[in-house]
Amino acid sequence: MSARKHTISVLVQNKFGVLSRISGLFSGRGYNICSLTVNQTNDPAISKMTIVTEGDDAVLEQIDKQLKKLIDVISVTDLTGSEFVERELLLIKVKTKDAEERAEVIQLTELFKGQVVTVNHGELGIEIQGRAAKIDNFISLIEKFEIVEFARSGRVAVSRTEGASSVI
Amino acid sequence: MTKKKIKGSELTIQCLERLGTELMFAYPGGFSMELHQALQKSPIRVILPRHEQGGAFAAGGYARATGKVGVCMATSGPGATNLISGIADAYMDSIPTVFITGQVPTHMIGKNVFQETDIIGVTRPIVKHSYLILSAAEIPQVMAEAFHIATSGRPGPVVVDIPKNVQQEMIDADFSGMDNIKLDVYEESIQVKPQESDIERIRAAIAEAKRPCLYVGGGIISAEASKELLQFAESFNIPVTTTLMGIGAFPDRHPLSLKWLGMHGTYYANYAANECDLLLAFGTRFDDRVTGPVATFAAGAKIVHVDIDLTEINKNKVADIGIVANIKDVLTELNKEPLYKDYAEWHAMIRQWKEEHPLTYCKNTETIQPQYVVERLSALTNGKAVIVPGVGQHQMFAAQFYDYSEPRQLLTSGGLGAMGFGLPAAMGAKLACPEKIIVNIDGDGSFQMNIQELGTLHTEDIGVKMIILNNQHLGMVAQWEDRFYGSVRGNTVLGSTRTERPYPDFVTIAKGFMIPGREVYRREDVDAAIEEMLNTDGPFILDVHTGYAEHVLPMIKPGGTYKDMITE
Repeated sequence: MSARKHTISVLVQNKFGVLSRISGLFSGRGYNICSLTVNQTNDPAISKMTIVTEGDDAVLEQIDKQLKKLIDVISVTDLTGSEFVERELLLIKVKTKDAEERAEVIQLTELFKGQVVTVNHGELGIEIQGRAAKIDNFISLIEKFEIVEFARSGRVAVSRTEGASSVI
Repeated sequence: MTKKKIKGSELTIQCLERLGTELMFAYPGGFSMELHQALQKSPIRVILPRHEQGGAFAAGGYARATGKVGVCMATSGPGATNLISGIADAYMDSIPTVFITGQVPTHMIGKNVFQETDIIGVTRPIVKHSYLILSAAEIPQVMAEAFHIATSGRPGPVVVDIPKNVQQEMIDADFSGMDNIKLDVYEESIQVKPQESDIERIRAAIAEAKRPCLYVGGGIISAEASKELLQFAESFNIPVTTTLMGIGAFPDRHPLSLKWLGMHGTYYANYAANECDLLLAFGTRFDDRVTGPVATFAAGAKIVHVDIDLTEINKNKVADIGIVANIKDVLTELNKEPLYKDYAEWHAMIRQWKEEHPLTYCKNTETIQPQYVVERLSALTNGKAVIVPGVGQHQMFAAQFYDYSEPRQLLTSGGLGAMGFGLPAAMGAKLACPEKIIVNIDGDGSFQMNIQELGTLHTEDIGVKMIILNNQHLGMVAQWEDRFYGSVRGNTVLGSTRTERPYPDFVTIAKGFMIPGREVYRREDVDAAIEEMLNTDGPFILDVHTGYAEHVLPMIKPGGTYKDMITE
């Protein structure tokens, strides 16, 4: 069984301590969290976590079951294997020595349908959003410039099929 | 129509009363004294242990003996951290318990104030669930949820942390929150019923089987399903082995009984479980002490695994048929249509294993062998006592040589294997079942770990009988040293070289606690000493000098399979 990345959507009670129960579930078993995003849903009593994790089928089965066993967890959906839309957000500041470099960074940003969000002398801040692979691709191209600050979000995802992938 | 105002502490205690708590173990301190003050106005009996760890194990013993919630309370900081071993023990063995801890006032949390510990954080990996209460209004709902979670589904410990200002907060004596528990998703998960198709799949597997074997655990006892198990085993004619935690779920003397399996289980139980073609694993979790290297365990068998906890299915061993359900429901369904086959060859093979390798030991007439003491206790109590061992060699002897016939007759720290468990747990069991004979069979090492509870036995008049199988060693580790480390003693000797006599003098210690006792040095005195212990009212300590000579056998060495079993 080979390890592969899974995107898991988890609805939880919006209570303090829930995040530590979930992260502890992973760390206590040596399971890796690649990324984790959490925010409250349209129902303020409920939060949605999107967890990207890696493991073989047996590990994923345990993650799914262990999450379901937590009292504060409402539902668990492994989106991997079904059609779903995923997005990540990248905010990055790079140094631009001269007009030529600035032009190149702006061109690259436009190619990726991103935006310049901060402008300083010799420095540009850029926002890119999209699938993880697109963000990876952008980073590999922008890396030739000196990166001043880097912030990449975890993933958020919804299923493509009609109706909800989980309760909300 | 205003309701009467009471303190949060009084509300908490009145919730406990409404939830059926008759007795709790509680050691006071600055941040829990409000709760103790409230208890002075309550009919709940409070047992003051001499150490919070003793209180925690005692609550576990109370719960193990009855299935009712064991309640234990301690103050913040060191009081709370002293509960940890008891909480972990309840977690590993799925024991319904509620631990209440005092906490520093909410506005001081996070400031590292005197006796502050983030006990919710510390206990997170060893609880079924936990609550930090931030307002007295939450108390009724939290207490009701805590008790419900502790006892339902797969039982376990719940921690409720209550800051002092919440205990002092004045609030309406309104208990309506207790009827307002919000656990819909959890409720659905524990109410899961076996599908007809599940039952059919099990039945089909049995129909094909030539060598079926039942392997059952503590889940049978938690689910109160031992009657259903007996009916199932008899009407399907299938032999039964239990785990250590499952001892008593099926009577030892039943012809279909294989006694228990695993590292120190019987030869025939290990052979039957490993050579069967259908393993019916009911309410059990394929613990490593049972399976050894898990890939080799029951390698040729089809595995049916039924457990109420979904995470257990495929966790340690992949099941061919895995069913999440209450085992009592599953057995009840199966029993509706018995499928009796005679399995003549299989039963003959098991009979041969039993005859060739019975559970026994190399008897002598000179020394007091620990196995002999357990056998004599079994005979002199007609197999009717509740046995509560510590952890180590004596625990295995107690499990092997006492004759168990009822569930909840052996109360033992199986998963955590916590030394010091025996005396306080026996104390909890005796308080839960005052009419029963409760015997703490202990080792000299384990006994010393919570020896201070002798004080609780005396002051609360708790008639626990104690037998120390005193070998002056940490016997189980010493046994491993003998077998695998060339008998090099790595700090496993408890006796003193500075005195001629066995050390310490337990009977004199007990005398200081005003508890009677007797030392036994000769084999021929064992019966009379046990009789004296049983015939003395109240607690009694029997310090039996066995010497260190015996190994627990049979033994499957760590990493080995049933074929590597050491029998001598």
